[in-house]
Formats: sequence, C-alpha cells, structure tokens
Amino acid sequence: MKESTIMKIHYGTALASVGLVAVHILMRLTTGFSDSLSYENVLANYRSVPYVIMLELILILLAVHGFNGLRVILLELKQGRVYEKAVSYGVVIGMIVLIGYGSRTIIMTNMGMV
Amino acid sequence: MAQVSSVADEQPPNPLSTTKSILLRISRFNPEFDETNKFMEFTVSYEKWTTVLEAILDVKKHHDHSVAVRYSCRQATCGSCGMLINGKPRLACFTKISELDSNVVTVEPMNNFPVIRDLAVKFERLFDTHHKIKPYLINDDSEVNSNEKEFLQSPKEVENYIQFANCIKCGLCNSACPTMTTDSSFVGPQALAQAYRYVADSRDKGKDTRLDIIDESHGIWRCHFAGSCSQVCPKGVDPAMGIQFLRGYLLGFRS
Amino acid sequence: MTQDENKEGIKGMANPGRYGIERIAYLLMRLTGLGLLGYFIAHVYETSNILRGRMGWDDFLAMTQTTEGHIFLVLVIGMCVFHTGNGIRIMLGHGGVGVGKPARPDYPYDPASQNYRHKIGIYSSIVLAAVAMMYGMAVMFGE
Repeated sequence: MKESTIMKIHYGTALASVGLVAVHILMRLTTGFSDSLSYENVLANYRSVPYVIMLELILILLAVHGFNGLRVILLELKQGRVYEKAVSYGVVIGMIVLIGYGSRTIIMTNMGMV
Repeated sequence: MAQVSSVADEQPPNPLSTTKSILLRISRFNPEFDETNKFMEFTVSYEKWTTVLEAILDVKKHHDHSVAVRYSCRQATCGSCGMLINGKPRLACFTKISELDSNVVTVEPMNNFPVIRDLAVKFERLFDTHHKIKPYLINDDSEVNSNEKEFLQSPKEVENYIQFANCIKCGLCNSACPTMTTDSSFVGPQALAQAYRYVADSRDKGKDTRLDIIDESHGIWRCHFAGSCSQVCPKGVDPAMGIQFLRGYLLGFRS
Repeated sequence: MTQDENKEGIKGMANPGRYGIERIAYLLMRLTGLGLLGYFIAHVYETSNILRGRMGWDDFLAMTQTTEGHIFLVLVIGMCVFHTGNGIRIMLGHGGVGVGKPARPDYPYDPASQNYRHKIGIYSSIVLAAVAMMYGMAVMFGE
C-alpha cells in the first residue's frame, strides 16, 4: 500500500474516532461517573446494539490509528529491510489481536454469554 | 587548553571600537585516530561585527592551523560553513559573536552528517537526496524549440517558488530535523523543499514523478511539522511550508 | 563520536529546548500517542473482565477506583485532549492550512510557517488539556 494511502487512513481514523470517543465519554458522565461503571449499567450498555456498534467502531478505528502511529515511530527509530518488515507485520498482527480480543468481549457480552 | 588571540587587533584603530573577548570552544575529532571528540579552548577578542567564522579563522592563523573547517564565500552564499554554534545549527559566516549573547561560544560539527574532521562534515547524502527528487525543470518542450522561444512567467508565478530557490544546500535544516536524528533513510527537509520548488514552478511538468518519489515509507510522511528546519534556515527558505504544500497535493487538498 | 552519521539519536529528538514550542508539541504528540496506545490496550483488557461476571467486574473495578487509578485516568484525559487538539492542528498544517504563503523572504527571515496561528493552536491544546484534567479530577474525586 502506498504511504499516502496509509496516512489518509491514519488521518481518517483519527477524525472519526474523536467524535465517537466523545460520545463514549459523555455516556460515562450522563449517569455519574461511578454509577455508569456499575455492573448493571455496563451490562446494559453492552446489550444496546447501537452502543455496541459504536464500541466496535471505536475499537477498530483506534487500533488502526494507534498501531500505525507506533509503526511510524518505530520506522523512524531504526532502519533496515528486515527490521522494517518485522515492524510492518508486527503492528498488523498487534492490530488484529487487539481487535479480535476486544470484539470477543463486545460480542460475547452482547449475546448474553456472561 | 586555553590560548589567547585577537581578531580585533588586525583591524585598523577605530575610535568606536568596543573590543570584548569570549571563550571559543572548538570540537576536535579525527575519525582516523580518535574515539571521541574533545574541546580546545581559545580566548578570542571580537568586535560587534566579528563573525564566528572569523574567530575560528583567527585561531587557525595564530594558534592551531590544524583546525578543520570548510568555508568559502564568507557571505552566506556558498553554504559551506554550517556547524553547531552553541548547540544550534547556524552558518559560521552569518553568525555574529555579539548576537549570541554569551561569553562562551561552542562550535561543533553539524549533527546528522558524518564527520570528516573537526567541524567539516560529509555532504554526500544531502546531495544524493537532493539529486533523487530531480532538482531541475522537467519539460519535454524547451526554450530552444518552443514557438514562444521563452517560458514567460508572471510575477505571481515566480513568487510561488522563488523563496525555495534560495536554498544554498548548507544542510542546517537536515541537522535540525528531529526525524533525521534517528532516521538514516529519511529524504530530509532540504530535498523535500526542493521538490516543492520545482513542483510549484509553472514551467515544470514533473509534479507526478516527484510526488511518486517522495511518497514512500521514508519520504514526505516522516515529516511531523516540528518546523525546526525553517527556524534554522539562513536564507528564509521555510522548508516546513514547502513540505506541507507538497503534502497537500498528496492528500488531495491541492491540484 | 564515531565516523558514522553523527546522529543525535533519541536524545536529540527528545531535546526540545533549542527549537521552541513547535518542537515541544512534536515531542508531546509522540509521548501522548504512545501513552494513549498503552492505555487503550490496557482498557480493552480491563473491560474484558465483564466476561468474568459481576464478581470479576467488581474486583477489577475496585483495583482501578483508587486515588492512584483516578490520577492515572486524569493523565489519560490530558493526553487524549492534547493529542486531539494538536492532532487537528497538525492535520490542518499538513493540508497546507495556516502555514502562510510563499513570498520573497526578507531578513531576518522569520519563517511564515511558524506563525502565531499554529502557536495559538499548540498553547490552546495545552490549556484545553489542563482544563479537561481539572474537570476530570472534579468528577472523579468529587464523588
């Protein structure tokens, strides 16, 4: 993939996640910070389909943005063909693992497998 | 090691003279013999117009002719005498001691360039990256066979690139760049600013070629707009501005 | 010093003193980015405790609902707000917005790209981060 395409994705994921994370944080504040984190409230959040879709989007957007940011920093720290390939594949694997792990929580909780 | 010299002594007597002196610390390093650099210290007298280069040349003349320094024009045109002066990349011929506002002036070779000896550094990589972005007009038509005989430009078209044409390839921007402190493959602000200089030239047809060259993993995207390159440029080139405009083409904000 | 490229390394990248607020913003952007990625990974792991049922969730929550946990969260809020504000500034700059216009340079060659608009953007991001941290503290410690 061209570097300009990767960076367009980087900027796009940043802008999209700003709005969604703001909604996510506001949800914590509307019911009082402590209450919003109570087991019942969190479970209710996970059972709400629109909220779950938003959580999944945040997970994907931030994982892509964060791990690409890490790739940029690592590429600038050290150079070399093998190292750069390892970094590129490493961050993609990291991204997939994190999205997979987070999705597992979201899907299982939403489906009542708690 | 401290020795005393006076640049001011060589000037004809001047009733307005306000001679002062500073401690000039010169980094000495010969990669063939030395493991690390060491500093030699000289007390140098100066007038308010004395430049750092003049002070170094005075040391060479009177105390230690083996101090290695590259210089030529002495008027910020050739781009030879770039070095770290009190920790910041500057041209020695363009930096007056009186402007530094310090009793100690430390000169070291520029960062991010291999040291040849003392204050002289190798410019091969800078010239390679400069060459890589095709620093010339790309146009199949030529002034010789064009019907118009010459490529006319309006003053506005000239203003689009003339600032960037001021580059003297001194390397100060590459020395100040935070990405270049660790990234040996980064194309660098000097080359990127020159890429913009030609892309912005209405006579040039090589925009897509150059954008392809810089759109790679160690190309333009490794610039993070810290702006240090523009702050140290002795000719007002403002590489950071050129780089952002260039990136605007790649992001689709400019055409 | 060796006959290599004479690079300053991370020390040079992280030494913002010589080049003003823009270089400090560059460094903070990196640090907050890394900090937020670390927090994000920890947060995804933390929330997975919901799968352990009420006991698991409450046990883990008790570990985070401490003074140290709240201070850490306040830092995360600050990092998030600065990274967002400064990120938007940088994105606009990357698109060529607010970086000035090319012109014949005049001595003393103040770079047009390092103008007050971007400086205000950086300072605003820092102030907003501080305000958000104070609000976060009021919410978390006020309850």
